[in-house]
Amino acid sequence: MAEPRPVLEMTGIVKEFPGVRALSGVDFRLFPGEIHALMGENGAGKSTLIKVLTGVHSLDGGTITLDGKSVRFASPLQAQQAGINTVYQEVNLCPNLSVAENIFIGREPTRFGRIQWKRMRKEAAELVDRLGLDIDVTAPLSAYPLAVQQLVAIVRSVSTGDGTGDGEGQGTKVLVLDEPTSSLDRDEVLELFRLMRRLKDEGVAILFVSHFLDQIYEICDRMTVLRNGTLVGEHMVSDLDQVGLIQLMIGKELDKLEELHEHQLRADVGETLLHAEGLGRTGRIAPFDLEIKKGEVVGLAGLLGSGRTELARLLFGADQPDGGKVTVAGKQVPMNAPNDAIDAGVAFCSENRKTEGLVPDLTVRENIILALQAARGWTRPIPAAQRDELVAKYIKALDIRPANPEARVGQLSGGNQQKVLLARWLITEPRLLILDEPTRGIDIGAKAEIQKLVVSLSEDGMSVLYIAAELEEVLRLSHTIGVLRDRKLVARLTNGPEITPSRILETIASGEHQ
Amino acid sequence: MSATTQTPTAPDSGTTAKSRFSALLGDRRLPVLVTATLFLAMYIAGLSRYQNYGFGEPQVFLNLFIDNGYLLVAAVGATFVILSGGIDLSVGSVIGFTTMFTAWLVERQGVPLPLAVLLALGVGAFGGFLMGYVIHNFEIQPFIVTLAGLFLFRGLCLVISKESISISDSSVSSLAQTRVSLGLGELSIGALAALVVIGVAFYVLHYTRFGRRVYAIGGNEQSAMLMGLPQGRTKIAVYTVSGFCSALAGLLFMLYIQSGDPLHAVGMELDAIAATVIGGTLLTGGSGYVIGTLFGVLVLGLIKSIIQFEGTLSSWWTKIATGVLLCAFILIQRAMTSRNKT
Amino acid sequence: MSTPSAATTSRWRALTHHHLFWPVAVLVALLLVNVPFTPDFFSIKMTDGHLYGSLVSIVLFGSPLILVAVGMTLVIATGGIDLSVGAVVAITGALTCSYISDQADQNALSAVFLAMGVGLVAAVVCGLWNGFLVARMGIQPIIATLIIMVAGRGVAQLITDGQIITINSEPYKLIGGGYWLTLPFSIFVVAVVVAVTVALTRRTALGLLVESVGGNAEASRLVGIRSRRIKIMVYVFCALCAGIAGLMISSNTSAADGNNAGLWIELDAILAVVIGGTSLLGGRFSIGGTVIGALVIQTLTTTIYTIGVPTQTNLVFKAVVVIVVCLLQSPKFRAKVFGARFGPRSGAASGGSAAAAPAKTVTTAEAAPKMEVS
Repeated sequence: MAEPRPVLEMTGIVKEFPGVRALSGVDFRLFPGEIHALMGENGAGKSTLIKVLTGVHSLDGGTITLDGKSVRFASPLQAQQAGINTVYQEVNLCPNLSVAENIFIGREPTRFGRIQWKRMRKEAAELVDRLGLDIDVTAPLSAYPLAVQQLVAIVRSVSTGDGTGDGEGQGTKVLVLDEPTSSLDRDEVLELFRLMRRLKDEGVAILFVSHFLDQIYEICDRMTVLRNGTLVGEHMVSDLDQVGLIQLMIGKELDKLEELHEHQLRADVGETLLHAEGLGRTGRIAPFDLEIKKGEVVGLAGLLGSGRTELARLLFGADQPDGGKVTVAGKQVPMNAPNDAIDAGVAFCSENRKTEGLVPDLTVRENIILALQAARGWTRPIPAAQRDELVAKYIKALDIRPANPEARVGQLSGGNQQKVLLARWLITEPRLLILDEPTRGIDIGAKAEIQKLVVSLSEDGMSVLYIAAELEEVLRLSHTIGVLRDRKLVARLTNGPEITPSRILETIASGEHQ
Repeated sequence: MSATTQTPTAPDSGTTAKSRFSALLGDRRLPVLVTATLFLAMYIAGLSRYQNYGFGEPQVFLNLFIDNGYLLVAAVGATFVILSGGIDLSVGSVIGFTTMFTAWLVERQGVPLPLAVLLALGVGAFGGFLMGYVIHNFEIQPFIVTLAGLFLFRGLCLVISKESISISDSSVSSLAQTRVSLGLGELSIGALAALVVIGVAFYVLHYTRFGRRVYAIGGNEQSAMLMGLPQGRTKIAVYTVSGFCSALAGLLFMLYIQSGDPLHAVGMELDAIAATVIGGTLLTGGSGYVIGTLFGVLVLGLIKSIIQFEGTLSSWWTKIATGVLLCAFILIQRAMTSRNKT
Repeated sequence: MSTPSAATTSRWRALTHHHLFWPVAVLVALLLVNVPFTPDFFSIKMTDGHLYGSLVSIVLFGSPLILVAVGMTLVIATGGIDLSVGAVVAITGALTCSYISDQADQNALSAVFLAMGVGLVAAVVCGLWNGFLVARMGIQPIIATLIIMVAGRGVAQLITDGQIITINSEPYKLIGGGYWLTLPFSIFVVAVVVAVTVALTRRTALGLLVESVGGNAEASRLVGIRSRRIKIMVYVFCALCAGIAGLMISSNTSAADGNNAGLWIELDAILAVVIGGTSLLGGRFSIGGTVIGALVIQTLTTTIYTIGVPTQTNLVFKAVVVIVVCLLQSPKFRAKVFGARFGPRSGAASGGSAAAAPAKTVTTAEAAPKMEVS
């Protein structure tokens, strides 16, 4: 087809962080009046690309051409003035100000330095009206639900240079929507899509990031897939089906995946340990039922943002569920706080080691005994001899390096930090161990050790809920696989020879129980 | 569709008493209303109790402005800082320093009064600027930086002189004596200046881009930055405003007391912060009105007057009452913010 | 040749990297400054069975500050702050003195003990209130403790009826002004409180849990630490320490002054904690560091006096110390001033705060190639 000239062209984009090459020579183009999806798993470089484009990060290599002119942005403000606007998942507006102000702040219409409130409100109302939205612009933003706030954010970003008469801004050419739909319900998403289509008709190029595959297929015209900081393909949405897309994102040919697939697990598992019924939380994960047996490894498969972590957090009481109940070994657990789950023998290693797991200032020893100590209370310290013996045992068993219990955890490598976190919970001898991405960001050796550990724990009768982005990792370890898609537990597959990575991919892609 | 057709005052279709209550709690003007009502109630109570002692005289009301003009100006500065989400502990020290510095310039160095006033205001504003600069550029908590400011300015007071310096300059005393008649009563220069400051602050906060940026930063600093607002400049400016207001308050205080003393206005930052909070400004920033601060100061002033009229009550009840009010308003704020979050 | 010198450098490095090195160095330097002005600065004389000397008086006059600062350390370690300690000092002193002054026999031991008990209970109530507001109501510590800071002095004046209550009680005089075993009794009080604090935090798991809550609140929640209880406990403990300091101050002067007792001690205490190396952001704390920090502040006051600088400048010096300490702790300042030249070196060298930075890059470096799946 005769392609028009792209409004934005990024070529050979390179971005490096200390020790990491986040983007290595990525090409990306965007045409006026299209909605373009940027796809990729965690760490693929999506957000880095967006941040380079919007001036948050500086460029280490490559060129950005906007409307035929080469550009380089030193700040988000410069990008905005050039016509590139971004709306993030968290609404970056000021909830304490009125809708009209949020649209215009920083470029309020003024006369002799005095803000013309009437004119501002009128213009804001017109703008909102023109885009077909029904919002009272004089109300404070916080009076509206998140979905409307997001729409206001979009209105703000497309209104740059609109009628303010002070010459800054050139109208929006590119609108970047970074996961705007993560916490919207269906009606709200439709409202957003309506606005997106209207902007598209006005010739705005929209870059859309979402974890929801259905939404991509519903609204987007074209997509660019990144993996490991490189471009793996640019396709028309109509030319690539969901299975194909997931393969591109995950990056293995299906045949190869199957070769890796092997079973090491013992076949028999015990009686039911944990049973969750109707557990759910609005905006995070739809109510689900889940059963975990003693000694069973349940793997969770699904794309990033499909609700894997959210499910785990509910089981641990890290987030409070809206409804449903959890029984562990026949006893109902209140699930008001992590303490309840811990008392019932549930342990949780968060995927965010730094923010939700370790206390970086404390030593390896202190981090390891933290959970056990918390359970004992502050008045009953673990006797020093017993403590040192336990810590030494787990440092040895998990091969934590350096094997120095006095080292600060913040100084350890990712793999060793993960092992410290594991040791912390293993020391409490939990009945169910929830591992959220335990192998992310750690070297291959540590990865294999952790997987081996999971198998042996299961053999010793511990139940494990295992979350990993790598399908074959989940397949290799799990007795049962829960498949998640779009914040819903869509299928529960019993592992066996007939369960292959491609079968899981299909389940993820179709979202149907097979 | 449904999402956008909701009207903000009635988020749910059912307008139960509870949702109306929570909508009321969500209204940012509520704390100001509460404070204004409190002031009225206290005033009426005072009227009924001390009617025979002249409480009803309009001049008693106007004296609130005369006796608390300096606090009003200091509280306006504190309001800017608190609206932006910061805090300024140096207010009292800057006030004390200004009284000392001006008295020293005029009495000991023979500097003409207008020049001394300009110098004092300049030093106060510059001190505020420096603190803002350090807070913004080195990302140190405002609390600790302004604490250093507190020490520094109080120390400088003492460096100038350990003794108080009384001011005999005739223009100062004539300024202090000047009363402007309002028909029903009269106001001092200090009170008028304070009212002008309130008016200017209101205009700046509501009709200039700078003022709106102060609110934006207090509402969400991260967002303000991503919206392209110059948040660093604004923050520095806010502390400069506070320093300027403190210096001006110091001048008014000097006019009121007619002396410079190294121990003037010790702890006045607490009064200024308390007045601001009682006036309904959220300590976390982003919400509040300078009019509320006016009422906050009036409430504190009225407590003092009532205690005077009561005769048997001692002055420390002012502090206790201030603390109790502070506590009540902090709890109201807490209820408001927790409602907004959900 | 090279081996012994390497050993000394490594020993020297270990010494300089000890978390108490800089506070102690500052303290020693300050003490040495006095020597040219007061040649017998370090000498301690025995008069009337009491030891006298500059060092003794530094500890004696610094005692209340040490007590308050030790309590403050735990609060700051949880990521909080307590502005109300000065008011608590005043309340405790006021209550105790007014109780004693009401007694017929002010020297009766039982009455003195009861009076002290009453004062300390009041302090504990203040601490409970602070803890309740911070831990239960979720109010920012600086705001929550502001309430008692404002109202507390009023309460203290209410108790003393606006007067300075003077008492004449020999047993009570002992705490803040008496001598025991040739040394000021308050030194023993401080020693006991510090020892108890160290035991309480390091012999039990309290210290670990406090550091965990302050170091990473979310991780602490997910690990099952009941942080509310811990927070309430530290505010109560801090108020209790302030209460003991209040007893000491009022005992030393044999008077309770609701207005001026403990004025600005909260600021000095925070300063002492910061000098002692505990971060205002919470986490790792050092009681020893705080004690040294408090001694530094007291020595500064003494030094200013002995070297003949007008005492008024004390506050200016303190302001300078606050600024210098905070600037040195600010990563942004270090990066700007020392630049890339010193940045990495100081990062690798100073094990404490800067250590996180290189570690972070290591993990991300490893993370990058593996982040993508399959």
